[in-house]
Amino acid sequence: MLNQARPAIVSMLLFSVILGGAYPAVVTAAGGALFPAQAEGSLVKNAAGEVVGSKLIGQVTTGPGYLWPRPSAAGDGYNAAGSSGSNLGPLNPVLFERVAADAAAVRAYAPEGAIPPDAVTTSGSGLDPEISPEFAALQVDRIAAARGIEPSLVEALVAANTEAPLLGFIGQARVNVLMTNLALDSAYPLQPAE
Amino acid sequence: MNWQGWAEIALTLGLALALGWPLGIFMSRVWNKESTWLDPVLKPVERGFYALAGIDPNKSQGWLGYGASLIAFNLFGFVLLYAMLRLQGILPFNPQGFAGVSPDLAFNTAVSFVTNTNWQSYGGETTMSHFTQMVGLTTQNFVSAATGAAIAAALARAFAGNRESGIGNFWADLVRTTLYVLLPLSIVLAVALIGMGVVQNFAASVSVTTLDGASQTISVAPTASQLAIKQLGINGGGIFNVNSAHPFENPSPLTNLITAIAINTLGWAAFFAFGRSAFARKEIRALATAGILILAAGAGVIYVAEAQPAPALVAAGIENPINMEGKETRFGLASTAAWAAQTTGASNGSVNGMHGSLMPLGGGMSMLLMMLGEILPGGIGSGIAIMVVMAVLSVFVAGLMVGRTPDYLGKKIEAREIQFAMVALLVVPLSTLGFSALTVVWPDGLASLFNPGAHGLSELLYAFTSATANNGSAFGGISANVPWWNTTLGLAMLLGRFIPIVAVLAIAGSMVAKPKLAPSTGTLPTTGALFIGLLVGVIIILGALQYFPALALGPIVEHFQVLEAVSAN
Repeated sequence: MLNQARPAIVSMLLFSVILGGAYPAVVTAAGGALFPAQAEGSLVKNAAGEVVGSKLIGQVTTGPGYLWPRPSAAGDGYNAAGSSGSNLGPLNPVLFERVAADAAAVRAYAPEGAIPPDAVTTSGSGLDPEISPEFAALQVDRIAAARGIEPSLVEALVAANTEAPLLGFIGQARVNVLMTNLALDSAYPLQPAE
Repeated sequence: MNWQGWAEIALTLGLALALGWPLGIFMSRVWNKESTWLDPVLKPVERGFYALAGIDPNKSQGWLGYGASLIAFNLFGFVLLYAMLRLQGILPFNPQGFAGVSPDLAFNTAVSFVTNTNWQSYGGETTMSHFTQMVGLTTQNFVSAATGAAIAAALARAFAGNRESGIGNFWADLVRTTLYVLLPLSIVLAVALIGMGVVQNFAASVSVTTLDGASQTISVAPTASQLAIKQLGINGGGIFNVNSAHPFENPSPLTNLITAIAINTLGWAAFFAFGRSAFARKEIRALATAGILILAAGAGVIYVAEAQPAPALVAAGIENPINMEGKETRFGLASTAAWAAQTTGASNGSVNGMHGSLMPLGGGMSMLLMMLGEILPGGIGSGIAIMVVMAVLSVFVAGLMVGRTPDYLGKKIEAREIQFAMVALLVVPLSTLGFSALTVVWPDGLASLFNPGAHGLSELLYAFTSATANNGSAFGGISANVPWWNTTLGLAMLLGRFIPIVAVLAIAGSMVAKPKLAPSTGTLPTTGALFIGLLVGVIIILGALQYFPALALGPIVEHFQVLEAVSAN
């Protein structure tokens, strides 16, 4: 075994340098040069130029004039420093209670219309930046009322921020919540609170 | 369920297999030391590596020498990673200021990454520094995968050889697979993934003020570099707690498709590489056919299971009560079902949705795909090696039925090979079921479970299945970061990795010494539909029967409880 020691130790150290040092450094340098915005985390700014989040990371929005995200199991909701799903099994009583409460919360602003499943379930990451077009449609009237505009204007902005499945069959149609909200703010600013 | 979903599943599984073909030819050339188009760049690096490490790449080792090199390398890899984890607090690139990792978690994590399992008892963004993730974990992502590939290279030489004694040089297999196959593919994939939105930088986090005026801290990390090899190397350990469900690790349906293909393609490539290097292309095509059939059936079962009404949504009066709990909007049912099958059929273990929130039969099928022995296509090399063991066993079973001495790929199968085959196959249920049973009766063993009832038993069974099979996925609610679980899961990973490896090398050692026989009229054909059927039967009977009693108490009973809960509304 002793004659194995040198190749074992030296190759492990060499691998650590090549694979643990040079490889990530090369990838970081190439990524930073070719795709700086993505490498930094796809951060987005509001009209005033302030960074307000990442296009890829969901955030809590509670104002009635904004699109709201799915329920989240990451910390108190959308804790982007601690991603987490609920890990509740399909028969866990906690899940039954939570789904019922989430459904009631949706009904509070949308008395009509079918509630889509994503409106009452937490995502795997707890950071899902998107919702289904059906969930967005349920929120249109609330947003329009809060901003004092026609629902069709909100619908148009939601549609503009909806992505179809890749090639029509890979993945799902979805609406990016933060991008829609930024578009709403820039097109139809909220009136300052009185 | 819809046609789009079925088409997506078929495309994902099919592309992974199809890409494995050319990659396998390349991998075989690397194992055989034939010339490749990367030679001008990599040959000097390879030569320098051998010179520094004192390696003679042309010295063919017997199976004991090959095994000793493999164990020595993995042992030192473990020691180094354990030290790195314990000393994390004083090592550089630690912008979050994380402290050293506790002894039991360091043991579990070091074993986990050295054995290509990548079970994670911890949440990445809250535990591990960038230094640990890169120098420690990323490095093991590469070399543990190459270790698995080396097994297949050695076994292929054993079947190709005629009365020889050497099965190749472990160091050459390790270095060449890493430098020529894993590293170039990872660089290309990682940079491409950054372009598609995967984050890659060394900051600790980004702090922003949200539209609501609240502050949000967004963890970032050198993600793409680890993500690429985590998938290509069939490792599975994510930078972030939720792995490939995290939008920074898997931002879109496109990245999902590409990384899902990456989970399986080098596993299939090792099948085809084995076929080329062992001069048994047709026979290995039969093994790949059996593998993809079972995997596709598994993916189909998971998709159907996830499309059944979810009881909590039915109870709340949701009109379309599909189980989106633990799933991302951009992926939905089909992407998550295909991924669940691919990650468990290969010994990957990354997830793009939470397996603990799958429907009972969806989670149960994920578990069963691991229990079948991680051969669909399993890890790089380790999958095809165990698949060949299954084929040897199938030939042996057929030989018993007709009363002839069986042979496979021109080598007679005798008592010694069957004994080692049984050791390789039986250690897996022994560890899985043994540790599960022990944990049920251990004081506080059940305190780590998160969900009540049958689902809790599934969490426990899934954990030991995943560890022993070197998969690494989990029903995530389980609080495994306690000494009992860290220790037992670590031992399960060691048993499930190194006992089959030693047994396979022993088989290789005895095979290489045998004369290579030409097929005779008494040889069972091992290429046609009949053999594929026999092989599928052996795999399923071995896997399903051993675990059926345990599965009946977990996912199966929970399935009937779900049916009852749904019909009660």
